[in-house]
Amino acid sequence: MAALSTPLDVHEPNSTTEAVVDLSVSDVRQLNAALHAPDVAEKVPSWRVTHPDGRHSIAVGLDAEVSVEIDGHVGYYCAGMNKSATVTVHGNAGVGVAENMMSGTVRVRGNASQSAGATAHGGLLVVEGSAAARCGISMKGVDIVVGGDVGHMSAFMGQAGRLVVCGDAGDALGDSLYEARIYVQGSVKSLGADCIEKEMRAEHLAELAELLAAAGMSADPAGFRRYGSARQLYNFHVDNASAY
Amino acid sequence: MLRESATFDRATIADIQRAAETGIYDIRGGGAKRRVPHFDDLLFLGASMSRYPLEGYRERCDTDVVLGDRNASYPLHLSTPVTIAGMSFGALSGRAKEALGRGASEVGTSTTTGDGGMTPEERGQSKHLVYQYLPSRYGMNPDHLRMADAIEIVLGQGAKPGGGGMLLGQKITERVAGMRTLPMGVDQRSACRHPDWTGPDDLEIKIRELREITDWEKPVYVKIGASRTYYDVKLAAKAGADVIVLDGMQGGTAATQDVFIEHVGIPTLAALPQAVQALQEEGLHRHVQLVVSGGIRNGADLAKCMALGADAVAIGTAALIALGDNAPHLDEEYRKLGSAAGFYDDWQAGRDPAGITTQDPELADRLDPVVGGRRLANFIRVMTMEAQVIARACGKAHLHSLEPEDLVALSIEAAAMARVPLAGTSWIPGQPL
Ligand SMILES: Cc1cc2nc3c(=O)[nH]c(=O)nc-3n(C[C@H](O)[C@H](O)[C@H](O)COP(=O)(O)O)c2cc1C
Repeated sequence: MAALSTPLDVHEPNSTTEAVVDLSVSDVRQLNAALHAPDVAEKVPSWRVTHPDGRHSIAVGLDAEVSVEIDGHVGYYCAGMNKSATVTVHGNAGVGVAENMMSGTVRVRGNASQSAGATAHGGLLVVEGSAAARCGISMKGVDIVVGGDVGHMSAFMGQAGRLVVCGDAGDALGDSLYEARIYVQGSVKSLGADCIEKEMRAEHLAELAELLAAAGMSADPAGFRRYGSARQLYNFHVDNASAY
Repeated sequence: MLRESATFDRATIADIQRAAETGIYDIRGGGAKRRVPHFDDLLFLGASMSRYPLEGYRERCDTDVVLGDRNASYPLHLSTPVTIAGMSFGALSGRAKEALGRGASEVGTSTTTGDGGMTPEERGQSKHLVYQYLPSRYGMNPDHLRMADAIEIVLGQGAKPGGGGMLLGQKITERVAGMRTLPMGVDQRSACRHPDWTGPDDLEIKIRELREITDWEKPVYVKIGASRTYYDVKLAAKAGADVIVLDGMQGGTAATQDVFIEHVGIPTLAALPQAVQALQEEGLHRHVQLVVSGGIRNGADLAKCMALGADAVAIGTAALIALGDNAPHLDEEYRKLGSAAGFYDDWQAGRDPAGITTQDPELADRLDPVVGGRRLANFIRVMTMEAQVIARACGKAHLHSLEPEDLVALSIEAAAMARVPLAGTSWIPGQPL
């Protein structure tokens, strides 16, 4: 199970611009080890990963201002715990893309599976397609912008941060929400416990416009509705017992 | 003559009355209070004619243990197999966490964070710090992951297998709220399932992700509450855990429903042999280390765990008592809270007179982390020496050399659970004679 010790086969067609790692030749361990090098941002700020072929844990634990372009589909936890880096998946992403991200930007050009951006504390996650169930579950400060739809239980127990859905939201949106804010342009199948629609005020339109711009989405903020916590479940009260 | 009902005893009557008055279940700290088969129901067979003992004070009896050498480049090498269990900052004060770190470091063992993230107090004072990875992921961050000496993925606790964390509003102060990204004063009920994986296949991928993030340096533990232990241990080991932490139903908690504590999960004694069997069948016993917790109180419990096949134990409640919890000199203050020294279990309430399970700065100031640390170190030294006394009497030059063959049971239940003979017989219930 231990890591391979063969050196990373990095092709540097133009070493000042981009290093290329072909995962049909190198393995994920070698890629991540190279991306974790203390001086990676100065030496090789741009990376391209080819043939990801659904492998898990690609570009996880990055902690530097590097950009990583991944040509194809990735498996679980791509860009997990990302800090500072910009990771772009030119394909679909498996479970938990950008889970627990702290900062930086992760962009999925295709669709994302469950738990996209789970527990993430900061940074921006953009899913240009749709995201499956539990998008933004337990989010703790991240901004997530989804071009398409999100599945059920999205933003479950969301503590902080903002989830923007340009399409529709599935069942139980924002269940047991704390202070995360949710914007949806399309329909919401149902709201979860303690999640309510809230008034869209000028400051919300402004922050939504900023988020959409940051994500490169052309949607009109005026077409969105805002959802947040009713804060009825913050402290246990026997009269609310049926909500749990 | 007043006759108390065995079915409706006074405690039961009081429970019904309390429920009728308040409309909410009882939440408390501590572990199961009912009597269950436990290590007290086992005895060691000291050496005599057929085995010879080692000289106390003269012949060595080693106590060190290596945890997590299966995959990690930096396994933990501890001087004693008594480790400190995960207890959150939030449940405990910052000073209590510091005291645990000081005490553990003094005797060369590890301490563990909890459901609230890593504090500088404990990282600073802990030579070996295990960083918990819980469903809530409060305060989880990759920098702390990299600063940790090991990572413990928490699936469950013995006090509440299948339950999530709970921290009542009184303890969600500004600092606790900030670390957990929660509004101040909310009743925090954290998730019972991990947000981004379910089941053993996912767990394997999750373990690999954590290894990738930390460059395969750190052991990855998996903590489970004792219930379907045989299967859980097999699945966790197959998923790649380096260390399995097995917590029995007597295990303490900071805040859980009483009904959960008392009625869910199985005793530590019943779980431990199942875990060992599971590891043995996978050829992984002693390769994947087993840390056992839940009602470990002294060197005899430690020695019995080792004899049944554990590699180390973890203590929670006993560590808090060593720091000063339930101290007799606080009796009057406990009584003001409706309890008494020796009974206090309202660790959820944040009003701990000993200053341990509180976030109130005035109460917390009562605990001197240096003094507390020394008391804990004393206690762990005593536990270790007690276990050595027993091991030498059994002729063992290392605590890990203790074996089931050194044990007998006092009750049929304990014999069946521990899979050792009833004392004075060769009968192990459930096994062919
Ligand atoms: C005050 C307190 C807080 C705890 N917090 C956590 C926690 O955050 N995470 C966890 O996995 N277990 C937690 N536990 C359980 C302990 O890690 C451990 O499993 C248990 O205390 C062992 O049983 P013992 O108390 O009988 O020694 C806590 C226990 C106590 C007493």
